[in-house]
Amino acid sequence: MADSGQQADGCAIEVERLVKSYGDFNALRGVDLKVKWGEGLAIFGPNGAGKTTLIKILSTIAKASSGRVSVGGFDLQGDSVKARRQIGVVTHQTLLYDELSTYENLRFYGKMYDVPHLADRIRELVAQVDLEARRDDPVRTLSRGMQQRAAIARALLHDPPILLLDEPGTGLDQRANEMLINIVSSTGNGRRTVIMTTHSLEQGLAFCNRVLILARGNIVYEESGKLDISTLREVYHRHTGVGY
Amino acid sequence: MKESAGKVLAITRKDILSEMRTKEIVTSIVAFALLVIVVVSLALDPSERTSAVAAGVLWIAFTFAGVLGLGRSFVMEKDKGCLQGLMLCPVDRAVIYFGKMLSTVIFMLVVEAIILPVFVILLDQPRFPPHLVLITVLATVGFAAVGTLFSALSVNTKAREVMLPLLFLPVASPVIIAAIEASGLALAGGPWSEILPWLGVMVAFDVIFLAVSPLVFEFVLEE
Repeated sequence: MADSGQQADGCAIEVERLVKSYGDFNALRGVDLKVKWGEGLAIFGPNGAGKTTLIKILSTIAKASSGRVSVGGFDLQGDSVKARRQIGVVTHQTLLYDELSTYENLRFYGKMYDVPHLADRIRELVAQVDLEARRDDPVRTLSRGMQQRAAIARALLHDPPILLLDEPGTGLDQRANEMLINIVSSTGNGRRTVIMTTHSLEQGLAFCNRVLILARGNIVYEESGKLDISTLREVYHRHTGVGY
Repeated sequence: MKESAGKVLAITRKDILSEMRTKEIVTSIVAFALLVIVVVSLALDPSERTSAVAAGVLWIAFTFAGVLGLGRSFVMEKDKGCLQGLMLCPVDRAVIYFGKMLSTVIFMLVVEAIILPVFVILLDQPRFPPHLVLITVLATVGFAAVGTLFSALSVNTKAREVMLPLLFLPVASPVIIAAIEASGLALAGGPWSEILPWLGVMVAFDVIFLAVSPLVFEFVLEE
């Protein structure tokens, strides 16, 4: 995995008093969050709760209006380039170029990330996501599930210690979903740290050992350890007013 | 530095590869520029096709066709969130800027290489002065330096097709005016001493915007 900033001190992600405003609208209102190395955190919340905004800030796509954010031991104010090397991101969009093949996309991103032994790494990942037979076909000709599998390969290309998954299950076929489960389930042994936003309480519970509920830009509930689905449904309804 | 240059080239190579598959940008700019030159050549009486008028026609064609191409440059990145993919890469935002700018320069130079001979024939220009190549290259670099910045800026706006020319053309006007004046002189067979000051304007414009645009680009990209 890519070398991280301060693996020894125990926190992969630290967020302090994070505020993000779009004009008069406050998408995040003073969020505090710490995620340890190897932890799997599922973030739930209704539409507009601030889940995607949080992921965008952690992935350096958006800038915080105020507050401090550190990813992989690197403060995003001054070390965002180093922080980016620590993260892999899977969203409902593939972030792949339609006209290029899976191989060409991975080669491009591999060069941008300085991936050593790139050809071998691509071969290994393409096999892992089971796209060997279609690796030279333009991405636009692949099914939605295949495209998302290629997107998973893109996110893992530089072997990031932190994975940010923003609604990764959208449009996934059975096989891609299983692959995602395999990737995420390798988090427990001090391997990857995973932060996942999802609308599916079942998926979040299956993947992660800690849950958090965001509503109106605030963390309204947090729990470590295993919860059963009925308790989570009840808690979710109580804090968001939205039923499941 | 060497690493950054490699990544700039990787972005440019990726853009060229995409363009070779879709032919979306170059084809539309060539078609638009050709159309402008053909229509104007039909509209103008042969006696009116002076070097000064011809230079104006040439740069109107290049400018508006270029705006068309610039508009597509970042729209293609927005599809499927590829712009986010680029922004996630562990590189300085300036690397993305220079990669995209270089692609624009290459696409425009390809188009200009096709259009220039057609222009000389259709607008009855007696000569093809070699200075015109230098003028075209300098103006194209300045055009792309500013255009890449405003293309990124307008891609997140709702009325981006309108916003891009509105924002871009006033800022790019010094380099366009210098290109028209220098081209007019070159087509008329004017001496170097008269062309040189306009080349100086273009060089200064290029240097200023190549220095400033990458610094501003970071704020343009991030939400």
